[in-house]
Amino acid sequence: MSATDVAAGRRPGATGAAAGYRPGATLSVRAEWRRQLSRRRTQVALGFMVLLPLIVLAAFQFGNGGDDTNGGGEFGSMVDLATTGGLNFTLFTIFVSASFLLVVVVALFCGDTVASEASWGSLRYLLAIPVPRSRLLGVKLVVALGYSALSLLLLAGTALTVGTLRYGWHPLRSTIAADLSPGQGVLRLLAVLGYLAVGLLVVAGLAFLLSVATDAPLGAVGGAVLLSILSSILDQITALGVLRNLLPTHFSSAWLGLLSTPVQLDDVVKGAISGIAYAAVFWSLAWWRFLRKDIVS
Amino acid sequence: MATALVARLRRALPRMTRRRAAGAGAVALVLIAALAVVLVPRPASYRVSDAMLTVRSGPDGNTPVRLDTRYYAPKSGRPVPAVLLAHGFGGTKETVGEDAKTLADRGYAVLTWTARGFGRSGDKIHLNAPDYEVRDAQRLLDWLATRPEVRQDGPGDPRVGVVGGSYGGGLALMLAGLDRRVDAIVPMITWNDLSRAFLPDAGGGAPVDGVFKRAWAGLFFGSGSAGPGGQTGIAGSGSGATGPGPGGIGAPDGVDPTCGRFAEDVCRAYLSIATTGRGTPAGVDLLRRSSPATVLDRITAPTLLIQGLADSLFPLTEADANAAGIAAHGTPVRVAWFTGGHDGGAGPQTDQDRLKFLTAQWLDHYLKGEGPVPSTGFTWSRISGFDALDRGYVTNGYQTDRYPGLAGSGTTIVELSGPPQPAANPPAGTPAALSSIPLAGALSSFVNGVVRDVPGQHADFVSAPVERPLEIAGAPRVSIRAASPTGSAVLFLKLYDVAPDGTASLPGGQVAPVRLTGLPADIAEAGPVTVTLPGVVRRIEAGHRLRVTVATADQAYAGPVEPTVYTVALGDGRLTVPTISGTPIASPAAVWRWVLLGLVVALAVGLAVVLFVARRRRRAPRTRVDDAYADVPLVVRGLRKAYADGFVAVSRVDFEVRRGQVVGLLGPNGAGKTTTLRVLMGLTRPTAGDALVFGHRLTPGAPVLSRIGALVEGPGFLPHLTGLENLRMYWRSTGRAAGDARFPEALEIAGLGESVHRKVRTYSHGMRQRLAIAQAMLGLPELLVLDEPTDGLDPPQIAEMRRVLRRYATDGRAVLVSSHLLAEVEQTCTDVVVVHKGEVVAAGPVDQIVGESPSVQLDVSDVDAAAAVLDRLGVRSVAADGAGLVVDVNGTPRSELVAELVRAGVGVDRVVPRRRLEDAFLALVGESSRGSGDR
Repeated sequence: MSATDVAAGRRPGATGAAAGYRPGATLSVRAEWRRQLSRRRTQVALGFMVLLPLIVLAAFQFGNGGDDTNGGGEFGSMVDLATTGGLNFTLFTIFVSASFLLVVVVALFCGDTVASEASWGSLRYLLAIPVPRSRLLGVKLVVALGYSALSLLLLAGTALTVGTLRYGWHPLRSTIAADLSPGQGVLRLLAVLGYLAVGLLVVAGLAFLLSVATDAPLGAVGGAVLLSILSSILDQITALGVLRNLLPTHFSSAWLGLLSTPVQLDDVVKGAISGIAYAAVFWSLAWWRFLRKDIVS
Repeated sequence: MATALVARLRRALPRMTRRRAAGAGAVALVLIAALAVVLVPRPASYRVSDAMLTVRSGPDGNTPVRLDTRYYAPKSGRPVPAVLLAHGFGGTKETVGEDAKTLADRGYAVLTWTARGFGRSGDKIHLNAPDYEVRDAQRLLDWLATRPEVRQDGPGDPRVGVVGGSYGGGLALMLAGLDRRVDAIVPMITWNDLSRAFLPDAGGGAPVDGVFKRAWAGLFFGSGSAGPGGQTGIAGSGSGATGPGPGGIGAPDGVDPTCGRFAEDVCRAYLSIATTGRGTPAGVDLLRRSSPATVLDRITAPTLLIQGLADSLFPLTEADANAAGIAAHGTPVRVAWFTGGHDGGAGPQTDQDRLKFLTAQWLDHYLKGEGPVPSTGFTWSRISGFDALDRGYVTNGYQTDRYPGLAGSGTTIVELSGPPQPAANPPAGTPAALSSIPLAGALSSFVNGVVRDVPGQHADFVSAPVERPLEIAGAPRVSIRAASPTGSAVLFLKLYDVAPDGTASLPGGQVAPVRLTGLPADIAEAGPVTVTLPGVVRRIEAGHRLRVTVATADQAYAGPVEPTVYTVALGDGRLTVPTISGTPIASPAAVWRWVLLGLVVALAVGLAVVLFVARRRRRAPRTRVDDAYADVPLVVRGLRKAYADGFVAVSRVDFEVRRGQVVGLLGPNGAGKTTTLRVLMGLTRPTAGDALVFGHRLTPGAPVLSRIGALVEGPGFLPHLTGLENLRMYWRSTGRAAGDARFPEALEIAGLGESVHRKVRTYSHGMRQRLAIAQAMLGLPELLVLDEPTDGLDPPQIAEMRRVLRRYATDGRAVLVSSHLLAEVEQTCTDVVVVHKGEVVAAGPVDQIVGESPSVQLDVSDVDAAAAVLDRLGVRSVAADGAGLVVDVNGTPRSELVAELVRAGVGVDRVVPRRRLEDAFLALVGESSRGSGDR
C-alpha cells in the first residue's frame, strides 16, 4: 500500500471510474457462463439431459413384450415408432420431454439466475462493482438462454446418438406422412427443436420476470412452471373458444405439423408469434422493473 | 388467464405506486374490452318466423300438403335476394339452422322447410319427384314472390338461389331444371342418377344390371333410422354431418309398418331390389325419375357443384356427370371437391372455410350482383396430415382454371404385375371385405387397419415402387380379365396406396363394383374389361407402391349368393392414373407469416433504438463533476430516503469523508445507517439529496462506484465455491486487470489461511465476514465502505481489523465504517458521525467528541444530600442517574467536589469522568438499546 498505488487509482477520467474499469467489460458473458457452470444445479440439469435418453432407451429394452394398448392417437404411434430408428427415438424423447421437463429446465435456468444472486446477497456486490443493471440482466439472460439451448441440444444430440447406435440410421417415420429420408429427417428434427425453443421463450420470459421480481429462486422457477401448467389446463377447456389462442401454451404441440408433408406451418407460425410476443412483453417488464428497483436483499 | 396474470404481476410488484396502478388498470381495461368484444353476442340482423304453410302440389297441382317452414327475414328495409335452403335425407328445417343463420347474416332472406314425409310436414317421401317435392318447392318460390322484402326479377319471379346438400342438393338441381325462376344453385354431395348411385357398375354397365349398394340403401330405408341429416356442408355448423340424427323418419300410427313414410311406389321399388339384390326396370325407372340427369339440359342457373372425396354413396362420378350435363348447354358451372362427404363428414376446418367462401362468392355474384364473376375453374383439396392441435385433418387446397373431369389433365401409366389368381366368392357374400362403413367418418378411409380383405377372396396386382411422388386426382382405369364357371361374376376393385413397410391404405374408402357376364370358364379365353376405379385425390409418395385388389365380396354391396371360384388376371397390366397439377390456394393463415415477420422486425428495430439511446446516454456525462469536491472521497448532502409505504428510513443526513479519515457512522439499530450505505453503493435511489464521490454524483451503476469497495448488509458469496474462487470470480466480473486486484494483500487481510480453499458453504460467520472485507479491499479502492465489519469477529481479530483499517486510510484513502458499537468507533475511527432516527445528531473528530467531558458521574451514599451540597458549589446541572448523580462540574475540580461531599458527610463510592461521545450516544440510545449499544 504505497503512495503510488493510490496515485494509480487517482486518475479519474470523465466518468470518475477507477483505472481499468469499463462498464462494457464488467461481467462478461464468459464470466457469467463460468459462474453458472460452477453451480451444481447447472451440472445436474445438463447431466440429466444426457441421462434421460439413456433411461428411455433402457426402458424400451426392458419393456419388450408389453402389449397393452397405449391409448392410440399420435402418442401411441410415436411409442410404436420410437424404436424404428435413431431419428424416431430422438423424436419420441423430445415428445415426452417437451411438455414438462423442458419447461422445468428452462424455468430453472431463467428463473434462478437473478433470484439466486439476490438470495446469496452477491447481487448487491455485482451492482456495486458496478455492473450496469441493463448489462447484468442482458448477460444473465443471454447465458440462461444459452444454457437452455444447450440443454435442448444435449437432449436431442444424446438421443440421436444412442438411438442411432441402438436402432440404426433409418428414415424418420410417422403415421401421418410418408417416411422422410434421414437427411430430410434431421432437418425436420432441427426445425422441431427450433420451434420448441421459440415456444419455450414464453417460459423463459415469465421465469426471468419472476426472477427479477423476487429474491426466492424457488418462487421464480416454481411460479413459471405453475403458470405454464395453469395455461395448459385452461387450454383443455374448449369452452373458452378463441380465447384459448391467447394462452401461451396453446400452440405448444404445433411442432407435430412439422412432420407432415408438406409441412404445416400455420400453427407453427402462430405459435412463434405467441412465444416471441409473450417473451418480449415479459422481458420488457423485467427490464422496466429491475432498472427501477431498490435492491434491498 | 390474462386477468390472472395481471393480478400475479401486481403481487410480483410489491410497491404499487399510483402510476403503476394506473398503468395496470389501463391494461386490465383493454383486456376486459377485448373480452367483451369477443364474448358479447351481436344482435341478429334477421327475424325468424315459423309457419305451417299449406301448398297445393302433387301430380294434379292441387293436392294440399302442409309444410313446416322457417323463414329468416332480413331486418333491413330494402329488398334482398332469397335463398331456399333444403335439408338432407332424414333431416328437418332445424338441421340446416346454422347454415340458414350464416346466409341470413350475409343479407339473404332464407326460407327453410321440412320436406314432405319428414318431421312435421305432411304426406310421404317421393324422393324429390318432380310432381311432389319439386312442385312443393315451386310453390315456395311462389310464396317468396309475394314477400315484399324479397327482391323480384319480375311479377311472380323472385331473385332466388337454391342451396342444399345430398337430398337437398338433388332438389336444388331438379328445381333449377324444372323452374326457370331459380337464379343460382349450390348443390352439394348429391347425385346425378339415383339408379346409378344405388346400382353402380364401374365397368360401364346399365343400372338395371348394376351391383346393389345394399348398406347405404338399407340405411336409408331402415325404419326409424335416419340419413345424414342436414349435411349441407357449407357451414360445418355441427349440424350433425356424421351419424344418424334425430327427427328421422317417424312411423305415425296407422302407417304401413313396412314402408314407413315412404310413398308406396318408392317402397315397392326398394322392396323388389333389396330382396333380389338386382335392379328391376320399374325400380330403375322410378329412381331415374328422381334424378337430375333428366333435367340437366334445362338448367340455366349458374351451378356450384360441391362433391366429397370420402363419399361412397354419391361419389365424384355423380358430380362429374352433373357438371358435364349442365356445362354442355353453356350454363356456368364450377366444381369443388372437399375431403369430406357422406362417409367423411363436413371435412376439416380449412375445407369448410373454403366451401363457405366459394358458396358466398357464388351467391353474392349471381344473386346480389356483388363481386366479380366467379371463376368456372376447379378447386380441390388433399389431406396432408393430422392437425397438431385439434387432432383433425389438415388439407391443402388447390385450384386450376378448368375442370378436367375425372380423367385428369394428364395421365401417368403405372405398370401392374401379378399372375392370374383364383378368388373365392363366399356363400351369401359373407364373410366379406370391409372397405367402407357408411357414416363412419373419415377415419375409415384414412387410418390403417379398418380396411380388411378376406384371405382367399381376392387377387392382388402390385406395381413397382413409384420413383417420383404421384399426385392422383380423378378416377384411375385398369383393365382386367376374369373367368367364372357360372359365366358371370361380381367383382370389387380397390386401389391401395402401399407404404414401403407394407401398410396399405384405401383412399376415400371406396370400391369399384363391376358385374361381368358372358365370362369363359378358362382365364386364357377371357377378354379384357376396362374398369373405372373410384375417383380419389391422393399423393403417392416416392417409394410407395400401388396395388389393385380385386375382391369377390364387399359388405356394402349385394353380390351373388352362390359360392364360386373366379380366376382374375390383369388385362394389359397398365393402370392409367389421372394426374392434375394445380396452384395451391394460399391459406388465409398465411397472413400470420407476415405478422411474425413484422413482429420480429419491430422487436429488432425497437431493441436497436433502445441500445442506441442507452449508449448515447452513457457517452454523455451523466452529471457534471463538482470540482469543489473533486478530491473528497465522499460528500453526503441532505440525503433522504422514504419508501413507497411511507416509512422514512433516512430523513436528513449530511457528512463528509476526507482523505486519510476513518469515519464511523454510529447509531443504534434502525437509525438509517444501512440505508445510507445502500445509497452509497447505488443499490437504492435517494428520495432527496445526493452523495458525491470525488465530485461525481452517485447513481445506480455510476462508474465512480468502481472506486468504492464495500461490505453492506453482510457477505454475499456463491456458497458452492471456495473463498479464493469467490474472490477471483468477483474480480473477473469487474472486467479489470487481474494484476490490479492485489489478491495477496486481500488474502492476508482475510487471514483465512488454508481455509481459503474450502467452500464458502462451510465457513463460519466470522470467516465469511473476513472474506467479505477482503473482497471489499480488492483493488485497494480509494473509499472503503464497511457495514458492521467486526460483526462475528472474535476480539483478537477485531483488534487486528482496527489496525488494518487505520493503516488503510493512510496514503490518501478513506474508510467509512458503520457500527452500533460505541467502543468500536471510538477505537477505530478518526471521525465520527452519530445518526439517530434518520438524522445526524453529532459529527466531528473522535478526539474532540470523545475528549474529557465537563460532566462526571458520582455514586454517592445519599443522593438527596449530595444534590444539595453540589447545588451550593455552583455546578451547572445535577441530574439523578439511578444510585448516582451526573454532574456538569463547570470548571470546578473533581477533587474539590469530592472533598466538599465528604466534608458534608456524604459517602462517595465512585467518581467516573464522562466522555462526550458517550453522552451524545446514550442520550440518543436511551434505555431501550443500552444492552446492545455497549460491549
